[in-house]
Amino acid sequence: MKKLINEVVNVEEEMILGLVKSAPDKLRKLDCGTVVVRANKKEGKVALVSGGGSGHEPAHGGYVGEGMLDGAVAGAVFTSPTPDQIYEAIKAVATDKGVLCIVKNYTGDIMNFEMAIDMAKDEGIKADYVVVNDDVAVKDSLYTTGRRGVAGTVLVHKIAGALAEKGASLEEVKAVAEKVIANVRTMGMAITACTMPAAGKPGFELADNEMEIGIGIHGEPGTSREALKPANAIAEELLNKITDDIDFVGKEVAVIVNGMGGTPLMELYIVNNFVHDYLDKKGIKIYDTMVGNYMTSIEMAGFSITLLRLDDELKSLYNAKADTPALKR
Amino acid sequence: MIDILKAIAAKIDEEKDYLTELDNEIADGDHGVNMAKGFDAVVAKLDAMAGKDIGSILKTTGMTLVSTVGGSAGPLYGTAFMKAGAKLAGKNEMDGKDLVDALEAAIGGIQMRGKATTGEKTMLDALCPAFDALKEGIEAGEDLKDALAKAVKAAEDGVEYTKTIKATKGRASYIGDRSIGHQDPGATSAFYMLETLLANI
Repeated sequence: MKKLINEVVNVEEEMILGLVKSAPDKLRKLDCGTVVVRANKKEGKVALVSGGGSGHEPAHGGYVGEGMLDGAVAGAVFTSPTPDQIYEAIKAVATDKGVLCIVKNYTGDIMNFEMAIDMAKDEGIKADYVVVNDDVAVKDSLYTTGRRGVAGTVLVHKIAGALAEKGASLEEVKAVAEKVIANVRTMGMAITACTMPAAGKPGFELADNEMEIGIGIHGEPGTSREALKPANAIAEELLNKITDDIDFVGKEVAVIVNGMGGTPLMELYIVNNFVHDYLDKKGIKIYDTMVGNYMTSIEMAGFSITLLRLDDELKSLYNAKADTPALKR
Repeated sequence: MIDILKAIAAKIDEEKDYLTELDNEIADGDHGVNMAKGFDAVVAKLDAMAGKDIGSILKTTGMTLVSTVGGSAGPLYGTAFMKAGAKLAGKNEMDGKDLVDALEAAIGGIQMRGKATTGEKTMLDALCPAFDALKEGIEAGEDLKDALAKAVKAAEDGVEYTKTIKATKGRASYIGDRSIGHQDPGATSAFYMLETLLANI
């Protein structure tokens, strides 16, 4: 598998250095590891920390900046960051108002963030966390780890970030993050696998005529493998699952048609064309649409669709100013 | 203890591609690489630990794993070694009863941090039967090596057992029934550790 990298062991570090150099007025890297924080720390607001494995660029470091995150921790590719790194991020951004961590629902992420938050609390830092679990591909039952956190996480960053920027309390910011989590749903698919730099070969095999429905953002196998079909039919399958899960009819929604890293924008626009037709037909009103690579799986070809039900509060926060490398508003 | 940990590190390094391959089949394919990275970091610290008590050595091992492995294996194995270390604090020798106590504490730490139990296709499916066999042997008055040999066999059977069950914890749980037939990488690495311990006492 060809990759544009130097040494495998330096992938995460060099990537974070490059990200920070792309926005030196906005971002700063902590010396202790692959942690990105705002160049100018803002006091008097709840600080938001997100993170996870690398390989999801622009998540999560790309969402650090005004109106979104205060810090982001990057683990090794597809591997949760370690508690000491998360703790350093929390410590660097902490204010008197406290720190809210935004954690995606993966066993490792939750354990590492919990350990870091315990360490921060021992130091007298007010810290709490929310768990994002927007992926409807996974059955949320006693028999699984529960739904994964995927592209909907970006909207949690956006909306909780907007409220935090206004100076709301930790409890209020946590409540609005949980409101987004309750109202956002995502499902994805892939037509090719992705290759972790350290592994050097694809995480799974897909034949030329096959696709994986319900893929996660780590190249972990999805829920079913099917013969490839036209983009509209795939999008319809995903949208059916999403709109079956919670009731979107008559509601206003924000839409993300998210690329998994290796999907041409041309194809994402083709999907978006169908998404709009589908939602119109269903009586679901589109408030805003984002099309692009927001939460990726290295070079995987595929896409996910995210819908967020909006009310007046969420709309106003969605529209609030954001100035980050990967999302501006 | 330092020699045992070095031997475990060598074993993990030797099997890292295989562990990664097992992980790839049902989850995200990083278990071998990350464990090898963590134990490399442990080995780098071990020489400075010469002369320290077993508890301190295990505690340092645990903290190093937590801060270098990442994923879920980092906090799980890290917590296990730290808990075992706390149990053996101040000791310079380890008898059968000590090993039973340390393994019990380690398993307790894994269950607490991972909120898992046996039958969920995790490292516990190797460790818990091994613990039961070890405890039974030690309590029946067997010497450590005999009891541990039975424990290693029980762990090996536990690894085989993971092929027959569905994952309900961790990333492998997302694929539901499709995880059946695959061997759990965490149970496999836990088996390697016990096997290496047996070969080096």
